[in-house]
Amino acid sequence: MAEYKPIRKVVSGNYAAAYAVKHARVQVVAAYPITPQTSIIEKIAEFIANGEADIQYVPVESEHSAMAASIGASAAGARAFTATSAQGLALMHEMLHWASGARLPVVMVNVNRAMAPPWSVWDDQTDSLAQRDTGWMQFYAENNQEVYDGVLMSFKVAETVNVPAMVIESAFILSHTYDVVEMIPQELVDEFLPPRKPLYDLADFSRAISVGALATPNDYYEFRYKLAKAMEDAKKVIKDVGKEFGERFGRDYSEMIEKGYVDDADFVFMGMGSLMGTVKEAVDLLRKEGYKVGYAKVRWFRPFPKEELLEIAESVKGIAVLDRNFSFGQEGILFNEAKGVLYNTSARPIMKNYIVGLGGRDFTVPDVKAIAEDMKRVIEAGKLDREVEWYHLKR
Amino acid sequence: MNTLFGEKKTEAKKIVFTSVDQYPEAPISLATTLSNFTGDWRTFIPVIIEEKCVKCYICWKFCPEPAIYIREDGYVGIDYDYCKGCGICANECPTNAITMEKEEK
Ligand code: SF4
Ligand code: SF4
Repeated sequence: MAEYKPIRKVVSGNYAAAYAVKHARVQVVAAYPITPQTSIIEKIAEFIANGEADIQYVPVESEHSAMAASIGASAAGARAFTATSAQGLALMHEMLHWASGARLPVVMVNVNRAMAPPWSVWDDQTDSLAQRDTGWMQFYAENNQEVYDGVLMSFKVAETVNVPAMVIESAFILSHTYDVVEMIPQELVDEFLPPRKPLYDLADFSRAISVGALATPNDYYEFRYKLAKAMEDAKKVIKDVGKEFGERFGRDYSEMIEKGYVDDADFVFMGMGSLMGTVKEAVDLLRKEGYKVGYAKVRWFRPFPKEELLEIAESVKGIAVLDRNFSFGQEGILFNEAKGVLYNTSARPIMKNYIVGLGGRDFTVPDVKAIAEDMKRVIEAGKLDREVEWYHLKR
Repeated sequence: MNTLFGEKKTEAKKIVFTSVDQYPEAPISLATTLSNFTGDWRTFIPVIIEEKCVKCYICWKFCPEPAIYIREDGYVGIDYDYCKGCGICANECPTNAITMEKEEK
């Protein structure tokens, strides 16, 4: 194994994604431009034009077609990638089921952007979380480094369990903000991520098969179980791949929930994506001021890290769930998931849901501190006044 | 897993699975595509006019069923067990060497 010397580059989250696609030796990219995703594809196009990457680029007329072309390429055995955002992801919805149902390990970057109307191009997780039940794995990146690492790991995990994966980054906060990213030399990426071995060889005409063929009620059910099981199996693969990544490149991703100060914390902040960067900063400061707080950053939302959440819940009195998303008629989506996991256990910390940062509203360290005060009050009182708090509302 | 692919057309039959472990990982056709006799669907039948055929094999590429094959003499033949009469071959043939005729049954 060659010695690892990272290549440091100052890049946007989108460029980090494009470099990861190049380093993963992706063979087919099909995509349609949508702000704030566009520069991912522009950068990939530049790599192709300069002869730096041997990628077949398929220009398409919509996101639905982008996913359809990715599925076709993946079914034929290629390593396929696409990227989108918000309304574009929604337009892909039908095709997302085709990728997961046919067990094709397509990897996609979704740049989290608020759904319209009102028209918005800023950060909000409702777009990707609305695709929760499509059978795609979901990795939420906190920073540009995690976008790069997430794409590389996602290919490896996806191609091991044959389930597609989404790597999710925040609009503008990551997609267009430049930061130092440690990239991995090509030969070491090649060792970590060898060429894909597809389940079936479509080019073998002596064993002609059709993909996604009809299954009657007598067979459909079993295929669904197989996908459910693959998602369950993916948890171990995710941890193993995350550990291997850490051993090779120094950044450990063996935990599906990244934890800090949890052991002796009264309560923790739980959330996903870039807002957890702010939380981590704030928790460091709050600790210095004597607050017994910690954080739990959910990296993988699908498959959902139930077991890791249970462990955290057993040791804390409260969990403040920060949702940059909302399921209308109910509550924040992560909050809803987390509460569901804890129902059948005796570990039942007080949980409060804070809806924050929708549509790109700033979420800052003082906000975290204010929420900490509120959470402290709730825990001392031992009961909730309201379960869901629209934290940023102009009252 | 071999039984899934290994059948010849003459022995092709629908495979019945009795436990979840027997299923292939991805939903691919459970019997081979060859066991699906799409020739039963046909109303129109393609007829090849050999004098016009230039052996470009465009019809072979476009046929959505395993119906067109290349004969030893280089001309194309049609396997009527599989030809569903869609007419794509006739539409794509650059020399109009294929016509679609109503089939007498
Ligand atoms: S009519 Fe359709 S199925 Fe029959 S040979 Fe032509 S393309 Fe194939
Ligand atoms: S497309 Fe027409 S010319 Fe070409 S091989 Fe078929 S029948 Fe012959």
